[in-house]
Amino acid sequence: MDNKILFKPGHTACAGCAQSLAARLVIEAAGSNTIIANNTGCLEVFSTKFPDSAWNVPWIHSLFENCAAVASGIEAALIYLGKKDATNVIAQAGDGGTADIGLQALSGMLERGHDILYICYDNEAYMNTGVQRSGLTPFYTNTTTSPISARFPGNLRPKKPMPEIANAHGIPYVATASAGFPQDIQRKVKKALSIKGPKYMQIHVPCPLGWRHESGQTLAVAKLAVETGLYPLIEYENGKLSGARKFAQLKPVEEYLKAQGRFKHLLGDPESIKQIQAIADNNILKYNLKAEAQKSD
Amino acid sequence: MFGPLIVKPAKSKGSKTGSWRVKLRPEFLKKNCIGCKLCISVCPEACIQGKDKETIKINYEYCKGCGLCSVICPKSDILMLEEESKGDKK
Ligand SMILES: Cc1ncc(C[n+]2csc(CCOP(=O)(O)OP(=O)(O)O)c2C)c(N)n1
Ligand code: SF4
Ligand code: SF4
Ligand SMILES: [Mg+2]
Repeated sequence: MDNKILFKPGHTACAGCAQSLAARLVIEAAGSNTIIANNTGCLEVFSTKFPDSAWNVPWIHSLFENCAAVASGIEAALIYLGKKDATNVIAQAGDGGTADIGLQALSGMLERGHDILYICYDNEAYMNTGVQRSGLTPFYTNTTTSPISARFPGNLRPKKPMPEIANAHGIPYVATASAGFPQDIQRKVKKALSIKGPKYMQIHVPCPLGWRHESGQTLAVAKLAVETGLYPLIEYENGKLSGARKFAQLKPVEEYLKAQGRFKHLLGDPESIKQIQAIADNNILKYNLKAEAQKSD
Repeated sequence: MFGPLIVKPAKSKGSKTGSWRVKLRPEFLKKNCIGCKLCISVCPEACIQGKDKETIKINYEYCKGCGLCSVICPKSDILMLEEESKGDKK
């Protein structure tokens, strides 16, 4: 790893913001020979308050929708200059910037085969503009545009299956990761960058402000999402599921839900919790998240 | 030609986010630390530096007091203390 500090203190993310933590882990794993294109969103805003920048690598702010297109141009230019092999290109955005408004540019980047690592920092809503729901907001989340009412317990749609959508492009590497597993993030970034072609990584990053938990709970909340099966840590290589973090005992989703204000309205509502448990159970089955019990005798 | 460029990002000082701490600040006891550096790896501010018990240090100019270093420490060697409990606010 470089000794140079690649992501510096002095950025203005909220205390305990997992997106700021994950962004630092990503660039430290990628190293200094990296160029980043960054969609608008909290990460862009809190890391580059002009005239300061937290980034000690070349970094460009795109529009909200097009970091994948800007990164594609950077990659093409590096190939023309004969410098691509020595340089990583990363495109990064929030969940809104990825699954909604930036999906077209991302799909183009994946389909054209650019040698770029795309990272989606998934805090499950449009945080920078005040917690509006996105395509990656989970089922029954209370957000400002999916408020709870007498008729609806929050957001009515399940998460868009972005890893599978990316995988359907026939790209060599797709992975999910979580701020609750920092070493795993760095391992996957390094692995992704060792593979030529388009790569998609989606990192679950708790947002104390939008999820309404204490800043010191960030890592615990992130871990619970994985340990309940609601945010499976998986890898696809060349289209095939090649890895999944397994657990001998998966926790009930209620443990994850009760740790956050955005799900508080569900706690006295066993029917809703059952529906969310069904999402986790489906993941457990689909990705085979249950570890075989070790024979102890 | 281009919009705002930050030519020497390494020189930018950023905001002194240490002033955001309102209640608690992390304090290294330096008793049971085994130098695992987990605190360094999870600090979102990148404001902890050092190698071992003797050298690990928090830069209070930037520490926002989020508490993640204290939560992750396997040896409970980082306590979150009241901001004013030990002299003035750092
Ligand atoms: C075309 C366009 N529409 C809307 C905005 C306003 N806007 C800026 S950041 C943002 C939300 C970003 O959400 P997400 O991508 O999830 O990132 P987060 O802030 O949650 O990290 C929005 C709507 C914009 N900058 N450009
Ligand atoms: S609003 Fe959420 S994502 Fe944005 S800086 Fe704060 S904690 Fe991070
Ligand atoms: S309290 Fe938070 S910001 Fe301060 S040193 Fe610990 S992890 Fe870093
Ligand atoms: Mg978001």
